[in-house]
Amino acid sequence: MSNRLRWRKFVSHFMLTMTGLCALVAVAVLFFILGYLVYHGGTSVSWNFFTKLPAPVGEVGGGMANAIVGSAKLLLLATLLGVPIGFFGAIYLAEFSGGTVAFVVRYAADLLNGVPSIVIGIFAYSLVVLPFKHFSTLAGGFALGLMMIPITLRSTEEFLRAVPRALREGAMALGASRWKTIASVVVPAAYRGILTAILLAFARVAGETAPLLFTAFGNRFWSPGWDQPTASLPVMIFTYAIAPYDDWHRQAWAAGLVLLGLILIINIVARVILSRGVGVRRT
Amino acid sequence: MATTTVPSAGPFTGSRSFLSRLRDGDEIARLITFIFAGSVVLITLLLVYELWRESYLPRHKFGFGFFVTSVWDPIFDKFGALPFIYGTLVTAGVALLIAVPLGIGAAIFLAELAPARVSDTLQFFIDLLAAVPSVIYGLLGVFVVIPVMRQYIQPALKSSLGFLPFFQGPAYGVGFLTAGIVLAIMVIPYIISVSREVLISVPRDQREAALALGATRWESTWKVVLPFARTGIMGSIFLALARALGETMAVTMVIGNTPTISASLFSPGYSIAAVIANEFTEATGDLYLQSLIELGLVLFLLTFLLNGLARLLIVVTSQRGSEMGQA
Amino acid sequence: MKRLASLVFAVLALVAIGVAQGALSINGAGATFPYPMYSKWFDEYHKKNPDLQINYQSIGSGGGIKQVTEGTVDFGASDGPMSDEQLKTFQDKHGFPILHFPTVLGADVPTYNISGVSGELNFTPEAIAAIFLGKVTKWNDPLIAGANKGVNLPGSDIVVVHRSDGSGTTYIWTDYLSKVSDEWKNKVGKGTSVNWPVGLGGKGNEGVAGLIKQTPNAFGYVELIYAIQNKMPYGKVKNSSGAFIKADLAGVTAAAAGTAKNMPDDFRVSITDAPGKTAYPISSFTWLLIPSKFSEGSKRDALKGFLKWALTDGQNETEALSYAKLPKEVVVKETKALNNIQ
Repeated sequence: MSNRLRWRKFVSHFMLTMTGLCALVAVAVLFFILGYLVYHGGTSVSWNFFTKLPAPVGEVGGGMANAIVGSAKLLLLATLLGVPIGFFGAIYLAEFSGGTVAFVVRYAADLLNGVPSIVIGIFAYSLVVLPFKHFSTLAGGFALGLMMIPITLRSTEEFLRAVPRALREGAMALGASRWKTIASVVVPAAYRGILTAILLAFARVAGETAPLLFTAFGNRFWSPGWDQPTASLPVMIFTYAIAPYDDWHRQAWAAGLVLLGLILIINIVARVILSRGVGVRRT
Repeated sequence: MATTTVPSAGPFTGSRSFLSRLRDGDEIARLITFIFAGSVVLITLLLVYELWRESYLPRHKFGFGFFVTSVWDPIFDKFGALPFIYGTLVTAGVALLIAVPLGIGAAIFLAELAPARVSDTLQFFIDLLAAVPSVIYGLLGVFVVIPVMRQYIQPALKSSLGFLPFFQGPAYGVGFLTAGIVLAIMVIPYIISVSREVLISVPRDQREAALALGATRWESTWKVVLPFARTGIMGSIFLALARALGETMAVTMVIGNTPTISASLFSPGYSIAAVIANEFTEATGDLYLQSLIELGLVLFLLTFLLNGLARLLIVVTSQRGSEMGQA
Repeated sequence: MKRLASLVFAVLALVAIGVAQGALSINGAGATFPYPMYSKWFDEYHKKNPDLQINYQSIGSGGGIKQVTEGTVDFGASDGPMSDEQLKTFQDKHGFPILHFPTVLGADVPTYNISGVSGELNFTPEAIAAIFLGKVTKWNDPLIAGANKGVNLPGSDIVVVHRSDGSGTTYIWTDYLSKVSDEWKNKVGKGTSVNWPVGLGGKGNEGVAGLIKQTPNAFGYVELIYAIQNKMPYGKVKNSSGAFIKADLAGVTAAAAGTAKNMPDDFRVSITDAPGKTAYPISSFTWLLIPSKFSEGSKRDALKGFLKWALTDGQNETEALSYAKLPKEVVVKETKALNNIQ
C-alpha cells in the first residue's frame, strides 16, 4: 500500500469519525436539555397540570390546561394557513415555474423567514387585531402561520427537486399529464422530506412566544371559540419564568417539558398515521 | 377508455384563450400553485410596506444617518442603528461558523454512515431541538451557558488566544460569543435535518461510481455526494441564517443588551431583534416606536443583502455537480 | 387522505366548543411588576363572582397604555403614570378621559454581589448616581466607603447591571436619580428605557437578578419582591430626612403616606425621595388605568365592584406577596374617585 493511499485512508477514517462526533454533540445537547427540564420541572408535571386552570401564587394544584388547548388551537390554525401555501407554492417552484419567478419567490421566502418573530406579531396585530379591536386566537394563528410558510416552502421545494428526473419522465412517457405526474409520482416520492419540512416548521412555531404577545394575548381562563384571547404554553413559560416565585419557575420548566413531549408525540403520530410506506427507498 | 390526447405540458404554446386553456388540468394546477407561490411574495411585500409606512418619522428625521449613528437614547430622541446592525451580523456570523461545520458533519454521518434505524432515531431527537421554545433556550443560556462561559471557556480562550482582538476584555459570561453559541444550537437542527434528507436522496450510483474509481469513503462523500446535494445544503444554510438573524428571545437573555461596537467577542452587545423585543412593548412616543419599526426595516434590508451576497457566492463558485443548478 | 380530513374536522369541532357561556369577560393589560398581585386578586374575585372573568396579561406598562388607548382591552395598568401627551391621545381618540387608580406599592432596591461582603451596605443618593453615571468605578471609592465605615470593600471594578427592556422598575429608578442628581437629569433623564452610560442589560427583573447573582462585584436594581424571593442582599438608601432606610413594606407605605396630603386628584404622583423620617426613598405606586366611560354598563359595574373590593379586602392580601398596601388616606380619596367612572 503506497504512502499516499495510507494517508487517504487515514483522512477518510478521521473525517468520518469527526462527523460521528458532530452528530454526537448535537444529540448530546438535546439530551442535556431534556434532562435539565426533567430535573427542574419534572415534579410539577402532574395530572393537575393537564386538567386545571392556572392558580395564583402560593396556591398549589394549578395547571396549564387552558394553555395546552390554546396552543393546540393556535397550531391548528397556523398549520391550516402555513402548510397549503408552503406546499403548493413549493410545487409551483419545483415543477412549473421559470427561473426568474422562482428566484423572486425563494428570495421573498428567505426574507420572510428572517423577520424577527416580534415583528411578525406586530404585523399580525395591525392586520387582525386592530381592525376588530380585540385580541384573538385567529390573530395568533395567523402570525404563527406566517412563520410556517418559508420553512415549509423552501424545504419542500428542495425535496421535490431531489426527486430524480427519470421518475417524472417515466410517468409522462406513460401518458400522464403534468399535474397527475406531480400528484401521483413526484409528491409520493418526496413524501418523507415533505413531512420533515412540515414537522420542522410546526416545531419552530410551537415554541414561539413573541408573536403571540400581541395577537393571542393570553388568558387565565378558558377561551371559547376563535375570537377571544387565549393562553398558550410558550407565553405561560415566559410569564412564569420572569416572575419571582420558585413555584412558578418549576411550572415554567414543566411547561417546557410538556411542550417538547407533545411535539414528540405529534412527530411520532404524524409519521405513523400519515406514512403510506411509499417513498424513495433508502439507496 | 376514451381516447385522450396528451395535453401540452410545460410552457404555454399556441394562442388558445385563457379560458379555454383553463379547461386543461395542467393549466389549472399551474394557476393554483402560482397563486400560492405568489401569495408569499405578496405577504412579504405587504410586510415591507407596513414597516415602511410606520417608520416615516425617523426616516425623515435621521435619513441615512440612522445607519451610521451609534447612539440610542429614548429620552432625548436620538436613535441610531449601527450597534444593532453590528451585533446582529456578529452573532449570526459566529452562529453559522459553529453550526454549519457541525451540522453538515452530523448530516453526513447520519446519511452516509449510520444504519437506517439509528439514523432515523437520532434524526428524530435532533428534530426535537427545533421544538424547544426559544424562551427555554434563553433560560438555559442564562443558567447554564453563561456560567460555563464565564468560569471556564472565556478564561481558557483568553489565555490561549488572547493575543487576538477577538478574545480580549473582561469576561462577563454574556456577550457576542455566548449569543452566537446559543444561536448555533438553535439553528443546527435545520441544517442537519434538511441536509440529511437531501444527502439521502442522492442516487446510489453516484457514490458507487466514485468508489468504483478508487475513492475512499470520505472522498466519495466530500467530492461527489456533497456537491450533488449542494443546493439543498445551501438551502438549509439559508434557513439557518434567517433564523439566526431574527431570533429574539434567546439572544436578549444572553447578549448583555448593551449597544456597543467592539472587536472582542467577549463584549456585551445588542442585536436588532433583541432591542425590538425589549423595548417595543414599553415604547411610548411616536418617534421612539417608529424608530424601533425602522430597525425592523433595517433588518429586512440586511437579510436582503446577505441573501443576495450568499447567492452571488453560489453562482460564482458554481461548478457542474448537481443536476438542478439553481439557488 | 380521508383519514386526515376526518381527523382535522374532529379536532376543529372539539376545540370550537366553548366553555362558560354567560360569563362576563373583561380583558386588561399592562405592567409586569404587579402581575402576581393582580392575578391573585382577579382569581379571588372570580371565586366570589363566578360569572365574572377578569383576564389580565402582563405585556409591559407601555403595552398597557397603548392597548387601552387602542381599545383592544378594557383597562390598562402601568408602573409609571401616563404623561400629559398620552392622556391627550386617549381623550382625543375616545372623547372622554382615562383615570388612574393606584392599587399597590412597590420599591426598587440596590442589590449587589461582592465577595466577602454579606451584610447591608449604606448607599447615599450621590453614590448611586455616581456609580450609574460611571464616575465611580471601584467598590472602595470614598463615596461608597464613607457611608460604610468598618466594612472591607474590595478595590475591584463595579459591574453595573440595569434593565434592558423598558419597564416601570427602570422608571422608578431613573425618576429617583433624576430627583437626586442634576447631572443624571440632564444627561440621561427618566423613563422606562434610557440611554445608560454604563452597565450590562438584563431582561426583566429575573434577568437582572440572575446577572447580579452570577457576576462578581455586580451592582444593580430590582423590585423588592425579587430581592426577597431570591434572597439577595440589598442595601439601605439614605432618604430625604437623612436616615438610612432598608426597603420594607412599612417604609414603602410610609413614603406614600408622606405624599398623600398633596396628592393630586388624578393620582398621578411620583413618590420617590418622599418626605418622612421612615419613608423609603425609591418607592412607587402602580396604577390601574380605567376609562371614565363604559358603553357596556355590565363591564363598568363589574370593574367598579372589583376596585371597591381591591381597595378594602384586597389590601389585606398584599403583604403576603411582598407588596406594600396603600395608606388609608389614599384609599379614602380613591373610593370617592370611583364615582367618576360612568
